[in-house]
Amino acid sequence: MTSATSTVSPTSGSSRPRARAVSMAQVSYRDIRRKWFNRFMLGTLGVAALVAVLPLISVLYYVFKQGIAGLNLEFFTQLPKPVGETGGGLGNSILGTLTVVMMATVIGLPFGIASGVFLSEFSRSRFTYTLRFCVELLAGIPSIILGIFAYALIVVPMGGFSALAGAVALAIILVPTVAKTTEEVLKLVPDHIREAGLALGLPRWKVILRIVLWGSRAGISTGIMLAIARISGETAPLIFTALNSQYWPHGLLEPVSTLPVQIYTYAIAPFEDWNRLAWTGAMTLVFFVLIANVSMRLILRRKA
Amino acid sequence: MIRNSSDRRFYGVLLAASLVIVLVLGAIAAYLGQLAWPEIRHSGIGFFFKEEWDPVNGQFGAAAFIYGTLVSSLIGLVIAVPLSMSVALYLNELAHRRVAAVVGFMVEMLAAIPSVVFGLWGIFFLVPMLRLHVEPVLGKTLGFLPLFQGPPYGVGMLAAGVIISIMVTPTITAICREVFRGVPLTQREAALALGATKWEMIRLAVVKSSWSGVFGAIVLGLGRALGETMAVTMLIGNRNEISASLFAPGQTMASVIANEYAEAGGGPHVAALAYVGLALFVVSFCINFGARFMIERLKLRKAAA
Amino acid sequence: MKHLLTTVLVFSCLAPSAQADTVSINGAGATFPYPLYSKWFSEFKKVDPSAEINYQSIGSGGGIRQLLEHTIDFGASDAPMKDVDLAKAKPPISHFPTVLGAVVLTYNVPGAPTGLKLSSETIAELFLGKIEKWNDPKLAALNPDAKLPDLPVMIVHRSDGSGTTAVFTDYLSKAHAGWKDRVGAGTAIKWPTGLGAKGNEGVTGLVKNSPGALGYVELLYAEQNHLPVAQVKNADGQFVKPEPKSITAAAQGALKTMPKDFRVSITDAKGKDAYPISSFTYLLVYKKMPKAKGEKLRKFLEWALTDGQKLAGAMYYAPLPASLVPRVKAQIRELVLE
Repeated sequence: MTSATSTVSPTSGSSRPRARAVSMAQVSYRDIRRKWFNRFMLGTLGVAALVAVLPLISVLYYVFKQGIAGLNLEFFTQLPKPVGETGGGLGNSILGTLTVVMMATVIGLPFGIASGVFLSEFSRSRFTYTLRFCVELLAGIPSIILGIFAYALIVVPMGGFSALAGAVALAIILVPTVAKTTEEVLKLVPDHIREAGLALGLPRWKVILRIVLWGSRAGISTGIMLAIARISGETAPLIFTALNSQYWPHGLLEPVSTLPVQIYTYAIAPFEDWNRLAWTGAMTLVFFVLIANVSMRLILRRKA
Repeated sequence: MIRNSSDRRFYGVLLAASLVIVLVLGAIAAYLGQLAWPEIRHSGIGFFFKEEWDPVNGQFGAAAFIYGTLVSSLIGLVIAVPLSMSVALYLNELAHRRVAAVVGFMVEMLAAIPSVVFGLWGIFFLVPMLRLHVEPVLGKTLGFLPLFQGPPYGVGMLAAGVIISIMVTPTITAICREVFRGVPLTQREAALALGATKWEMIRLAVVKSSWSGVFGAIVLGLGRALGETMAVTMLIGNRNEISASLFAPGQTMASVIANEYAEAGGGPHVAALAYVGLALFVVSFCINFGARFMIERLKLRKAAA
Repeated sequence: MKHLLTTVLVFSCLAPSAQADTVSINGAGATFPYPLYSKWFSEFKKVDPSAEINYQSIGSGGGIRQLLEHTIDFGASDAPMKDVDLAKAKPPISHFPTVLGAVVLTYNVPGAPTGLKLSSETIAELFLGKIEKWNDPKLAALNPDAKLPDLPVMIVHRSDGSGTTAVFTDYLSKAHAGWKDRVGAGTAIKWPTGLGAKGNEGVTGLVKNSPGALGYVELLYAEQNHLPVAQVKNADGQFVKPEPKSITAAAQGALKTMPKDFRVSITDAKGKDAYPISSFTYLLVYKKMPKAKGEKLRKFLEWALTDGQKLAGAMYYAPLPASLVPRVKAQIRELVLE
């Protein structure tokens, strides 16, 4: 984009000087510099993006390459076999992860969204500063500490490991991510939209729920998906709460097998069959999140 | 602005939910404090500055872990934040729509990969690459700096920092994308109408107005970086020492807890580990507080200008 | 929202709906015997289909802690429980030795033969950082025929607390006075030198990929990864290769002084065929147990001490010495069912 310096003035018959003709030769150096700087920065942006994406692609590729070999129906429907016997699958782990992640989302999502809404919409309250701080602190706690906490809170009083304890630990991890993203996304909604709703006579809560929250559902669902993706892959808290199991899940109050823990156990074992199962499990986990992501976006889009 | 009783009830519900979160945080801190009490009474604040970690003789100090956590997280963020923002901007503003959709998806899926898998990828890909290619080169060219001295093991602080940056990128990128997307079209068009180049438009209209959201993304990324356990423990070399070099092995707070908690027999060891957990709280608190303080001061200065 | 609720309800139907007479038993503890135990429990289920025994490897210390907190039904540990922990147990806990294992020294030294000879002095000095290169004269003295290169020694130890470390450092403390004074023994210690890796597999991986590395792992891991294993000089002055035979020999040597509760350390054992870095691994069971679970556990323990032992050798675990088995079986009968 070049611009020429020229004075524009009305071409009436007045004593003011006439407009000088614009000529290409009068493009200033500043503009040329801006043009090249623009190209340079956009190029750098592209290169940086590539540098960032390459390792990510490498990891994904690695997971798929290692995992695709073991992908078959047996993997989804069978229990793991002990060492020395071929075959077997991680059916119980897949079912377990689905259960625990869903429970964790059901438990944690209301708290996450509620606090996100509070932080964004009632930001003048004195409590807000404390809450924001707490959410950020919670985000930084290693998941293993949350596992230890859930162990003391639920496993010990209950006298045993359970899917429920695992779900609680994961819910605590879910809340800060959802809360923070909800807050940021809601803050993006311009105030005039809220004012329009209020001007129409709607009570504040309706404005928040029906207009602000609903309008931001795409961004909020991104936050939810990030959180679900994260907790699906968490290992340490589940070791202390849901333990693991070699059998099909018995119930919500019993130890349950989950993909991350099983992947961890098998990936580091010295047996190749187990390693292969672990990689296929990792690939399945990624697929699981992909499917959840896609379905969530589809659901939201259809209702639009 | 509360209009009527239904608004008050709504506010009450939100407040209650938020209070639960604060209570849970308090409960976690209290639990850790209770576990850590014997060690707190024994070492006091000195625990934060002692480097010694000897479970057999009951001497514990968290200095090495605090250092390791801070350095590895710093490296992770220094690498991840500019790169993530670049990816977010590139996907939003420059890429073809379909490319953006596919790549954006891939980046988000990465958040689901278990830490262990990142660790394994790190061991098979990253560590050999660092040991054979990157670290020798850095050592030869920048070896006069204490940062790049020492034998290239491959595993060490640098490897941990890099894996943290990779793990944190999906989160920061996804949130930045949302935040950048939320800049109204009018802002962008106004910049372009005033004669800005595309880059200037991005800088002025998109990035400048989104700092709050970007900061939120960084906070979440930092949260993950501070607490990241499995992948870090597989790549950091697990040496309970402070060392100036990035090539040297180290240890982080989350990693030492993950390593030793399950086996820790006896009260003092468990108490010391719980104290390390509490230390992580404190470090997290300080970083958050410091960052917020800086932001507020920048805002005030800008408002005054 | 509706769909979410329905799905949640469907999954909650996973609530106690197990088959009528399946008995579910949960245990956790040592990582070392995990491969063998998982095979045992799976085989035992074929013998008794109603017994679903679930064992997870979280570490010996974790197993003991959780057993004491009654969150699991049985525990497993490489090192026997300490007196102070046993005192906390209500009801009291019995130790059942199940198999034997060995900690081996594995290395990655180009040009070095497999079966490198090491003694307790050299091992201690290597891990203390006093022997820094592979062509050190002390190593050459033990291995006159080997061509050891001029390569720095990279020590690899465990970063996580572990029974393997406990056994290894127990051996070094017994066999080398300098180690005992400077470092000591335990599941997690302050290592004078070297890098830490998580788990046996971490050490294996790091040794495999780092020229000059020397680490200690369970025998199983070295064998499965085809890594060279050192021969260690035992208390009788013989260089012994770690294998099921020599491990069982180590236990044999300790039989005469075996205490009634089986809590013993057999490192640096006497006997010319004994491998000096061996250890028992134990199942920890409460002396009093509820009827259904207790019955299954008793049946399992009987099976493990007879048929189970036959499966051990193929997986590089050493079976218990034959003369020990009747004594352990006698302890099974002491378990009381409520």
